[in-house]
Amino acid sequence: MPSPSSPRQQGKQLDPQIRKHNFEEVAQMANCPVGVQIPAFIALVKDGKIGEAASKIMETSLLPAICGRVCPQEKHCEGNCVLKEKFGSVNIGMLERYTADTARKEGLLKAPVCAPATGKKVACIGSGPSSLAAAAELARAGHDVTVFEALHAFGGVLRYGIPSFRLPREVIDREIETVKSMGVKFQTDVLIGATETIKELLKDFDAVYIGSGAGLPTLTGIPGENSVGVYSANEFLTRVNLMQAYKFPETDTPIKIGKHVVVLGGGNSAMDAARCAMRLGPDSVTVAYRRSAAEMPARAAEVEHAKEEGVQFEYLITPKEVLSDENGHVTGLKCTRNELGAPDEKGRRRPVEIPGSEFVMPVDTIIVAIGQKPNPIIAKTTPELKTTERGVLALDEEGKTTLPGVYAGGDIIRGGATVLLAMKDGIEAAGRINKYLQGK
Amino acid sequence: MQENTILVKEPLNSAVVKFVIYKPLIAKSAKAGQFVILRGREGGERVPVTLVDWDAQKGTITVIIQAIGKSTAMFNSLKQGEKFLNVAGPLGTPVEIKKYGTVAVVGGGVGIAEVYPIARALKEAGNKVIAVLGARTQELLILEPEMAALCDKTVCATDDGSHGMKGMVTDAIQKLHDEGEKINAGFIIGPIPMMKFTSRLMDKLGIEPFASLNPIMLDGTGMCGCCRVTVEGKVRFACVEGPMFPSKTIDFDELIRRTSEYKPLEKELLEKYQHEKDHVCKCGLH
Repeated sequence: MPSPSSPRQQGKQLDPQIRKHNFEEVAQMANCPVGVQIPAFIALVKDGKIGEAASKIMETSLLPAICGRVCPQEKHCEGNCVLKEKFGSVNIGMLERYTADTARKEGLLKAPVCAPATGKKVACIGSGPSSLAAAAELARAGHDVTVFEALHAFGGVLRYGIPSFRLPREVIDREIETVKSMGVKFQTDVLIGATETIKELLKDFDAVYIGSGAGLPTLTGIPGENSVGVYSANEFLTRVNLMQAYKFPETDTPIKIGKHVVVLGGGNSAMDAARCAMRLGPDSVTVAYRRSAAEMPARAAEVEHAKEEGVQFEYLITPKEVLSDENGHVTGLKCTRNELGAPDEKGRRRPVEIPGSEFVMPVDTIIVAIGQKPNPIIAKTTPELKTTERGVLALDEEGKTTLPGVYAGGDIIRGGATVLLAMKDGIEAAGRINKYLQGK
Repeated sequence: MQENTILVKEPLNSAVVKFVIYKPLIAKSAKAGQFVILRGREGGERVPVTLVDWDAQKGTITVIIQAIGKSTAMFNSLKQGEKFLNVAGPLGTPVEIKKYGTVAVVGGGVGIAEVYPIARALKEAGNKVIAVLGARTQELLILEPEMAALCDKTVCATDDGSHGMKGMVTDAIQKLHDEGEKINAGFIIGPIPMMKFTSRLMDKLGIEPFASLNPIMLDGTGMCGCCRVTVEGKVRFACVEGPMFPSKTIDFDELIRRTSEYKPLEKELLEKYQHEKDHVCKCGLH
């Protein structure tokens, strides 16, 4: 969910020793992390061959309607578009979305043909973007794939984290239908690590992919954080998106929103939380970020949308203490102002507190959107799986966990990234699992 | 047999119902102190409910549900043969079962049912087990015969004195202590104030207390962070690290505040639901 920004991607470029002898485009459109053949699919769109364009995208990425909507295109394809400087980037994200939606609507979208059955069984844990991508690729290779989801609905972060105004629920449903049509089986209410352990799964399956995603929220640790009216972004977004609390009392899960809301953080989850909060009707919603606008990791389009909808932004702010009344309800947030100091190891300038700058934001709802830790359940119940000090699953250079036949990707190894990178991990792991199963 | 089917429905009193549900995967792996998440309908809440019993051979789990809100009232209107929409689990960290010596299992109201599997596991581990059961009045005091059959000693306390001694479970524990009963550890499940005062008393009497916490949960799988509680000054997540915690230093007042957030709304919705359910339409159009 909240996404520490991935570093700016350097587009793949033709080797200078080769390119100085030819007139081929220097920057290659190969900087889609999941390898979508961008010029090829756009050429087909231009020719009006929407079905073929969709098939072209789906040669490498099976969830185009989702990617077109939620990928941080400005950091990948659009950021490296050769037309960017002179004319502005091609709107590749919108074209991908258009292609997927139109092909679907006109019945032109075809699930890829699967290879003949291999007789091998693979379990994918979680039904978020990473597991879905892995499941689809494994099914394409002819394996018998089952997806295990702990919650009552499929999609993982796509369903509980990303709001419907950004990713309509029917889009998730349809993309999952595509994966189902490839023969992948889906089960709800199975929490691997609790309902069944990895070891038990390995008795029935030849390989396992762990894409169980992010877990418990990271909190600020400031005094008063357990006051009533302080939500983690996970809780807030889960109430609104998965449990559809915005339809309460038509649905049964409620949500409470105050008059003045502050969202702590600057990633995509912070934007999602702020925009969801706005729709629940408070007087004001403010995003408070500890660095400046330039360092905000959120997708540019989300920041713009939030601003258009009236979300206010306060930069260079560090929360210090949650103030509450005698019933424990939030009454304010004590903060200090920062200035930017020297860059950290990721190259982002560090916020440095300005002495004497303390002030109180008069808020009654606080949403903490500063990241999360990987889900602890599988590691806890599978001692053979090693984790790093950050709690993420440790992988060797081949992407394997420390348990043979068990692979992992997405937030369970990254700690908190994007849908796109989670999918990339899933696709790559599927390739490794194929190789592993061939040797078995 | 379809998963999630209700095989047995047995009302224990006017607001409390026992369900035996077909769910082989959970029955196979459940341990004392764990819970499940139930959902009754599309759009329904995810409600955490303690596992009271399980049978790996038959593939069944048992839960006991008290109708305190709309969701639990709807659960309790489900009939034998009908299905829960979702049953997920077993969730939470099992209680550490070992030989403590003499243990008290303390249950208040529906908490009696919830502490039962812990009592059984502690008994099997070779402990001397004393059950201390409390309720407002005799009608609400459930499972006494089962507890009495299992435990070395069973004492009951009711607020109105209609059964057992008149008073709270704390009075019963104090009495056991005064009579010379040396108790090493206590496992407490019940209303939050009861767990708070029992933990405090046990600490004073030199008994190591543990309490099973019931904060608000959403996913129940270690994701949303809604169930955070403060134990020994640290934030802990009840759904994965609990629900049972050493209870000497639990911030029970914080837990009361955090669980009260939706209480008025819950009550209002329950009344509305019951009114609509009991309303017999006379307009002639239906």
